[in-house]
Amino acid sequence: MAERVVENLNQALHALLADDPGLYLLGEDLVDPYGGAFKVTRGLSTRWPERVLSTPLSEGGIVGVAGGLALAGQRAIVEIMFSDFVALAFDQILNFASKSTAMYGRAVPMRLVVRCPTGGNRGYGPTHSQSLQKHFVGIPGLTLCEMSPFHDNRAVLAGLLGSGRPGLFFEDKVLYTNRMYADGVVDELFRYDLVGADGDVARVWVDDPEQCDCVLVVPGGLAVRAVAVARELLLRDDIVCQVLVPSRLWPLDVDGLLPAVARAGRMVVAEESTAGGTWGAELAQAVHTRRWKALRAPVRLVHSADQVIPTAAHLERTVLVQDADIHRAVKEVVTGA
Amino acid sequence: MTAAVTAAPPAPSRLADDDLDLLLLIRHFELALLDMFGRGELHGTTHTCLGQEYVPVALRPLLADGDHVFSNHRGHGHYLARFGDPHGLLAEVMGRQGAVCRGVGGSQHILRDRYLSTGVQGESVPVAAGVALHLRRAEPGHLALVHLGDGTWGEGAVYEGLNMAALWRLPLLLVVEHNGIAQSTPTSAQLAGDLAGRARAFGVAHTLVTSTDTNTVRAALAPVLRRVRERGTPAVVELRTHRVGPHSKGDDTRRPEEIGYARAQDWYARYARAYPEQFAAHDERQRRHVAEVVREVAGRPASRWEEAGRG
Repeated sequence: MAERVVENLNQALHALLADDPGLYLLGEDLVDPYGGAFKVTRGLSTRWPERVLSTPLSEGGIVGVAGGLALAGQRAIVEIMFSDFVALAFDQILNFASKSTAMYGRAVPMRLVVRCPTGGNRGYGPTHSQSLQKHFVGIPGLTLCEMSPFHDNRAVLAGLLGSGRPGLFFEDKVLYTNRMYADGVVDELFRYDLVGADGDVARVWVDDPEQCDCVLVVPGGLAVRAVAVARELLLRDDIVCQVLVPSRLWPLDVDGLLPAVARAGRMVVAEESTAGGTWGAELAQAVHTRRWKALRAPVRLVHSADQVIPTAAHLERTVLVQDADIHRAVKEVVTGA
Repeated sequence: MTAAVTAAPPAPSRLADDDLDLLLLIRHFELALLDMFGRGELHGTTHTCLGQEYVPVALRPLLADGDHVFSNHRGHGHYLARFGDPHGLLAEVMGRQGAVCRGVGGSQHILRDRYLSTGVQGESVPVAAGVALHLRRAEPGHLALVHLGDGTWGEGAVYEGLNMAALWRLPLLLVVEHNGIAQSTPTSAQLAGDLAGRARAFGVAHTLVTSTDTNTVRAALAPVLRRVRERGTPAVVELRTHRVGPHSKGDDTRRPEEIGYARAQDWYARYARAYPEQFAAHDERQRRHVAEVVREVAGRPASRWEEAGRG
């Protein structure tokens, strides 16, 4: 059985720190024996005590320190304990790290990644459950990626660090305990492969990757849920739904999605962000502009409600996007209901 | 933790010619900018350091090329003291060819070698702490210096950065140009307690310098920089200074007697009275030098931002 996602991420950090003596890892409560709130950093400080540092509760300051390391030609990865707190580092991300790549009139590499444990469904309440990706969409110089069970974390993080652009890496907290998919197999029905120019988009299909009734685009955090929905659609409604999971959320990789979207003529985007100014809206606009005539229906957006995320499980479900919401949206788009 | 250096003697000490030239270069550069703004020849905004020129001039021989300097919105003097390059700076402010940052950064956003300025208050302190973290490991003996004002101490980033620098024993030096006013707000209305107490709370050494005499200030700063280098620990120096000009351009709402007080403290007039012959010759030379820089740079074509440099 494949490793858990959190193990893959932990091993990725081990490998990156081993490969690069100029790479630092900073964050709150990272060091052993605690090893981070989600145990992603377990074992790292024992091997590299000089470069894996537990910090004060200073998200803005930590990302600033990472920016300073990057400015000095080093590399840095920051863990924000809960991505909600990345709001405290917004200035350093927006006004320093991202802008410094260009505002001095020449390309200045800023090799830093801010890791953001993200999302709800764990009952942590309004300030520990959000999906803040949308707030970082469209910042010049900044790249957004999301952890997925299809994409090897070492390759994604190495790619971000190598790009010279600062990156945010969103990690769905429920996904940590899922298994990675391996060898092109999702389950007895579904297969997957990596497509797009740099293999950035995971494509999940049944029988024939060139045939489907609808394309369902989700970030990595919803990948497992989207696959479950596709399975239900197939078995209950006889709808063939292809799931596309781009690793990179921003800048948009529309080219990697367009062939499948054009073939199906139908597209649904699902994400856990609350309504308004979403990643999906950007995707929809891009697809509408480029493939309007190939679409049989407008791109449908599915997201959480325009509300704070409650703590109690029965209330949290009323706000966060549910599998049934995604299922209904795909079915409506396909049947024209 | 707090070491006070007594005020300058009534008469300023005699300066070496190169120090005087640099002070006057900065003075006339700033005056030329305000003059050009007044004539509508400059776009955007600027913040001049009139009255505070001696701070980077005093620091200049105390810094090595390997040290990092972080400047702020009021940074022309910091840049000129480090590089002696009025052409590149003016071209940056004017968006002309030869601009240090192609005219993208402008007055407040400059990166050259190990010198960086940004326009957000306090942001540079944790960034400099990160640089100092690298220096401690890779280049011991070098330091990261941040210029900031008294108003900057309203920003939480300052404390987050100072806290980590103290915890991790980083060679970080905060040079505070305490000019008693944050844009239009007097320090008494925006800063509770004092900087000495704030530094003490972090266990960080604090040095107060009230003199505006370049030689005296340099002598007071030299041991501080030496300690930061040798011990690898942070320090705060607080320079009581006087903003002779407006915050930006034509936005000075201080009462006439307040502006008069700042002017009475200005090193420029005091030095002119104390050493009239030395002063007159150098002052005239730098005035003409800056006028020639303005004439030459203004005649250059517009700067170009290459596609490859857009990040």
